[in-house]
Amino acid sequence: MIHSLFLINASGDIFLEKHWKSVVSRSVCDYFFEAQERATEPENVPPVIPTPHHYLISVLRHRIYFVAVIQSEVPPLFVIEFLHRVVDTFQDYFGVCTEAAIKDNVVVVYELLEEMLDNGFPLATESNILKELIKPPTILRTMVNTITGSTNVGEQLPTGQLSVVPWRRTGVKYTNNEAYFDVVEEIDAIIDKSGSTITAEIQGVIDACVKLTGMPDLTLSFMNPRLLDDVSFHPCVRFKRWEAERILSFIPPDGNFRLLSYHVSSQNLVAIPVYIKHNITFREGSSQGRFDLTLGPKQTMGKAVESVLVSSQLPRGVLNANLNPTQGTYTFDPVTKAGRTPAEVGSRSAGSDAPPARLAHTAREVERLKVNRLDMYGEKYKPFKGIKYMTKAGKFQRDDLVCITGVSTLTYETVTLEPSSIITFTSAGPN
Amino acid sequence: MSANSAFNDEKGGSSSVGEPEYGHDPASGGIFSSDYKRHDDLKEMLDSNKDSLKLEAMKRIVAMIARGKNTSDLFPAVVKNVACKNIEVKKLVYVYLVRYAEEQQDLALLSISTFQRGLKDPNQLIRASALRVLSSIRVTIIVPIMMLAIKEAASDMSPYVRKTAAHAIPKLYSLDPEQKDQLIEVIEKLLADKTTLVAGSVVMAFEEVCPERIDLIHKNYRKLCNLLIDVEEWGQVVIINMLTRYARTQFLNPNMNESLLEEGSDKTFYGSDEDEEEEEEEEEEKDKKAEAPAMAKRKPYVMDPDHRLLLRNTKPLLQSRNAAVVMAVAQLYFHLAPKAEVGVIAKALVRLLRSHSEVQYVVLQNVATMSIKRRGMFEPYLKSFYIRSTDPTQIKVLKLEVLTNLANETNISTILREFQTYIKSMDKDFVAATIQAIGRCATNIGEVRDTCLNGLVQLLSNRDELVVAESVVVIKKLLQMQPEKHSDIIKHMAKLTDNIQVPMARASILWLIGEYCEHVPKIAPDVLRKMAKSFTNEEDIVKLQIINLAAKLYLTNSKQTKLLTQYVLNLAKYDQNYDIRDRARFIRQLIVPTEKSGALSKYAKKLFLALKPAPVLESPFKDRDHFQLGSLSHLLNAKAGGYQELPDWPEAAPDPSVRNVEVKDSVPEWTKCSSREKRKEKKVEKPFYSDSEGESGPTESADSESDSASSSESGSGIEESGSGSESEESEEGSESEEEEEEEKEKDKKKKKKELKKPVQESESEQSSEEERKHERKSKQRKSESESESDEEEESESESSQSESEDSESEAEVKKKKKAAESKPSSKPVKKDNKKEKKEMSLLDLDDFEPAPSPQATPVNAFLSNSLATDLEGLSLSDAVLSPATISPSSALKSYEMLHRITGEGLSVEYCFSRQPFSPDANMVAVQMQFTNNATSDTKNLHMEDVKLQSGMRVKEFPEIELLPAGEMVTAVMGIDFCDSTQAANFQLCTHTRKFFVSIQPPVGELMRPIFLTENEFKKEQGQLMGMNEITEKLTLDVKCRNEHSIVQRVTTAANLSRVPCGSDKECRFAGRTVTSSSLVLVTVATKEEGAAKLTINCEKMVIGTMLVKDILLALTQ
Repeated sequence: MIHSLFLINASGDIFLEKHWKSVVSRSVCDYFFEAQERATEPENVPPVIPTPHHYLISVLRHRIYFVAVIQSEVPPLFVIEFLHRVVDTFQDYFGVCTEAAIKDNVVVVYELLEEMLDNGFPLATESNILKELIKPPTILRTMVNTITGSTNVGEQLPTGQLSVVPWRRTGVKYTNNEAYFDVVEEIDAIIDKSGSTITAEIQGVIDACVKLTGMPDLTLSFMNPRLLDDVSFHPCVRFKRWEAERILSFIPPDGNFRLLSYHVSSQNLVAIPVYIKHNITFREGSSQGRFDLTLGPKQTMGKAVESVLVSSQLPRGVLNANLNPTQGTYTFDPVTKAGRTPAEVGSRSAGSDAPPARLAHTAREVERLKVNRLDMYGEKYKPFKGIKYMTKAGKFQRDDLVCITGVSTLTYETVTLEPSSIITFTSAGPN
Repeated sequence: MSANSAFNDEKGGSSSVGEPEYGHDPASGGIFSSDYKRHDDLKEMLDSNKDSLKLEAMKRIVAMIARGKNTSDLFPAVVKNVACKNIEVKKLVYVYLVRYAEEQQDLALLSISTFQRGLKDPNQLIRASALRVLSSIRVTIIVPIMMLAIKEAASDMSPYVRKTAAHAIPKLYSLDPEQKDQLIEVIEKLLADKTTLVAGSVVMAFEEVCPERIDLIHKNYRKLCNLLIDVEEWGQVVIINMLTRYARTQFLNPNMNESLLEEGSDKTFYGSDEDEEEEEEEEEEKDKKAEAPAMAKRKPYVMDPDHRLLLRNTKPLLQSRNAAVVMAVAQLYFHLAPKAEVGVIAKALVRLLRSHSEVQYVVLQNVATMSIKRRGMFEPYLKSFYIRSTDPTQIKVLKLEVLTNLANETNISTILREFQTYIKSMDKDFVAATIQAIGRCATNIGEVRDTCLNGLVQLLSNRDELVVAESVVVIKKLLQMQPEKHSDIIKHMAKLTDNIQVPMARASILWLIGEYCEHVPKIAPDVLRKMAKSFTNEEDIVKLQIINLAAKLYLTNSKQTKLLTQYVLNLAKYDQNYDIRDRARFIRQLIVPTEKSGALSKYAKKLFLALKPAPVLESPFKDRDHFQLGSLSHLLNAKAGGYQELPDWPEAAPDPSVRNVEVKDSVPEWTKCSSREKRKEKKVEKPFYSDSEGESGPTESADSESDSASSSESGSGIEESGSGSESEESEEGSESEEEEEEEKEKDKKKKKKELKKPVQESESEQSSEEERKHERKSKQRKSESESESDEEEESESESSQSESEDSESEAEVKKKKKAAESKPSSKPVKKDNKKEKKEMSLLDLDDFEPAPSPQATPVNAFLSNSLATDLEGLSLSDAVLSPATISPSSALKSYEMLHRITGEGLSVEYCFSRQPFSPDANMVAVQMQFTNNATSDTKNLHMEDVKLQSGMRVKEFPEIELLPAGEMVTAVMGIDFCDSTQAANFQLCTHTRKFFVSIQPPVGELMRPIFLTENEFKKEQGQLMGMNEITEKLTLDVKCRNEHSIVQRVTTAANLSRVPCGSDKECRFAGRTVTSSSLVLVTVATKEEGAAKLTINCEKMVIGTMLVKDILLALTQ
């Protein structure tokens, strides 16, 4: 299946290669570089590139291209999903998944890749199994290893691979037994010029951090499970129980994991807690224009909207902007004309993945998912349980702002948006 | 870390072979910093006896490999460390070895013995990892070693090792395709594996090695469906894709209701309802014939239950977190489900659109294809495909594609409004795609054609030239459909020639004007005039169109344009581009009448002004669904290497009974059942429900165990083995427990299981009753071998009852009972075999005289324990068995080969008679009993198409010419199992039908008893030590603590004879395997309070380990 893997950084260097079958020359990546040159943006490189003898399937994460070399038919999603799993694992191990982190831990990376694939077919992809095989590097352990010469490779054998619950390692012990669940909902919305919502949908996840001793068996029930009509589960969740009783019953993995994610589609009514208005004018005869953006909470909302962040991409032609926010702070990120190399993309915006207009807030008036109770079976102790609810803005954007997208980015940030306050900020610059 | 420092030193990363590796870092590589010779420091480190140095060196080497540097010259130094104690060093050496072994084949061989040793390690994980590395070494010389290792690992006890074996199969195949046949055997074996761990890997191997051998899947189909949900996610993807192909070959198209041909359909229809009673079938057939003309047209489609099973079991996987799994299920539904059910996948696919952009890209490609075929499916999710400015261009274009496919009369206005926004985008490619999309909407939906056209015309005044150009091209295509109405648009466009500079757009306008010059008679010559003026500065495609325009105008309006045309043609004559010069010359000859002009010029008008067909604006995703969705080939719209075509639905469904595994496991549902069966079912319904709902599988079996245990004194061998197999089954059941629970709720499917369960239940009920009787009696009884003749009679009838098991109806049992009672033949007498067979005597015993044919030596299944023992006691002629040591031969457990419902009235049971098979001593005698429950006679019963593992042989039973309705016949066949528990598969043929059946021996039947003295036993045992000895501690069952019952149980589990022994704390048994005559020695040493030690000495380790399991089970329950 997966023949080889190449890691390519933003400037087009292959900095790691791994082969699972016979060696494929790295010149195969030339086809990839060709495609990369053709693409205007780094993310526009097609994920699947056919070459005369191989197929290249790539994903772009953290400004690193993970290019898998395939020789014959295989479902492309299979490879893509696996590559993302690799990235997640690296992130899990090293905290970040950057070129530097990978280079620093090249041996661990190699050992991980060796365990994750056997002859190109995924073998152990559960992070718990991998952590039993290869211990994640920590500063302390690195020091100890240098002094004592001991290793990162687990001495004991990965029994988890053999168990019926491969996601949980055996013999877990904690002095404080805790289980935390974060119910996070994100609203994706597109709003048209007049301010009315074209589409809005909710993307929810329940992220869990479970630190419990032994083999606990948890059940989680909801007050309003009918909201969950489109769900995807962590493999630990028992499907049948959910189908029959709408109760989540599972033996949790150890540590952090995503228990489920759900999707409330655009058919349901989703109210947006803020309104946003804008106006663009161009002065005749001059190269200057004016861009007003007004943002305020909707009157119906009782609660305050916190941590509002607006970021807006301005056209490439904008050289400079004078910003006058009525509240909060702002930053403007100019990018040089030559600035299309991926290395400089980093300075593009404050958050590396910030969409053009982005809002964050913490309140929502529509009914939200509520957890009813959490029970534990199988173990004797009483765990500490905690549940937190959060609503965030997902991909939230004004439809007509697309006409002014570009490279430079305007970021505006404020702590709280009180029900009565309105912020506007104005920018001027050549268009 | 010096690995990192070495890395940083050479950040330039040029991969030259000769580049030296320096240990610059003073902290770690200090001692070597003076060493400038290439890799010498590393060699030294590897040669040192400090693990930490070795580790350091290996880390640096691996870092070099990671950067693609050549470190092959270190091979000898590295390979030495393959047996290093340090686990990390070892692992890194493996990494190195696998990378370079192909280049350094000879040296790589040095490491092989280490792995061979690892293959024998008691720890399963070490065995697995040894196999993994061994099979990854791409050295052709070791192919036979790999083959051997894979074969061995495939029958390993540990599922993890078996999984590794499955992984190794494609590795070996790619190394040496010659091994295919042998590998297929291994695959076949592993496919039968029941653990989820193995399933995904072996199907992957199957797909790589022999995807065309779809026949290997039949027997495992249902198991795979049921296991699917518990298989790890990557395996799920592979299995689902494979099953999609399988289903396409085996089932009928659920969406084809009436296209079946009459002849084929008749068969098919019945074929899928094999479960129907034969009589009913006949009745219905008559009905059918009466209504034949009517029915032929509208044949109700009945989905094969197996087809339904697949759809039902994959559905929950739509909720997987793994996008690949969701996609796999989606494509399965798209290709296999009835139209009405395909809709369920839409929601899941839309959910994936929130994932990474690469995932979106693939999903959208597939949605685009699906949305052409099944537009309604995605219509509710229209808004989810709205485009965000942050999407990468390729995603935007794909979303546009989907939106266009989804457009219809009702939603077109919203879609067009969206499109209007998109046109303002900065992304030029995207804008161009949007305009094309508008064009396609306009062609597809007649009502909005004018609106679209107007919108596009408005775009012609856009500031952006690209937008205008693209619009022109699209408008041109639209106008071609109905040019008459739109002369004003053409006029408008004619004006644009002054402004638009994009060549393609200019060319399009000129073409339009030329084509429809009759609609714009005044403007056209003027345009030509302007163009003639700028001719020399135009692009080539524009020039060609100018010439075209000139020619067309000349033909229609020569008065006004003659001179202009001449001028243009003259200009073109001296153009730099030879295409243009050629065109000019050609056109001049064609249109300008000269004396020399040929016959063609007459047709010039026809040539130029012929009616051109309007272009069809089609989706690039049209008809892409002939590729399996979700595949690489589909994505690329080209066949990728190794792509397996998705076959078309068959015209008529192939025989569904091929998927029947062991018949007792998979009795298909029936639509109607006779009153008799109903009654029986009702009777047992209650216990069945309370049992399986209240308790889990294991407890259930535990109950029946205690039942059987209570009767341990009597010859309850049947029960033991019976309950044993039951508990096995229920364990199996608990794997798919949830599955079953669900099924219970679903009425329709319930019957299938119900049939199975009640049968078991009734079995145990029936037999437990007997056992109570047995128990009472056994108190009086001293030992089996001394039992009195009157008791014989009873036990005969009892055992006959218990033997008859489930499938026999009560009435039949009674009949037999009567038969048994009516023939109180307490003496073993030689009888005329042929006569007796018909009357079903219980005492057909002819094995004392040398039998001329296998048929002459049938051993009756209804032979009771005590009787058999008596008879054996009498057989003084038999040299092997001596009366003193003879084991109390247990009653024979019979197995079902063909259930009467599957067999359409014919039921077959078989048992291992434990008699020597006279035609061939290396064969195990299998006695089969055929019962014809149908109303009609069965003829020409014989076997065909025997499929065996290599080395196995079968001596077929002679054909049974006639089996009258309601009669029973026995026959004996011999099978040489080659000392393995592989099943022998063959077809059982009657004059009308063929059934796939299989015979699988328990390991205990693969041996024959031999007589040894105590000394001989000890001597032999002494030679079979070490690897050949397996010892297991156990606690004996409460009911099994005396010597007698131990002997009883062991001999029931295995065909062994007792060895006399001085100590009463020890029981010894001896036997030889049938094929290879390897000794099998069993010792059970008892201690206080039921503790015991079981020792088995056997050359054949596999046999030994399996036997340990069986005997252990027999003794502890």
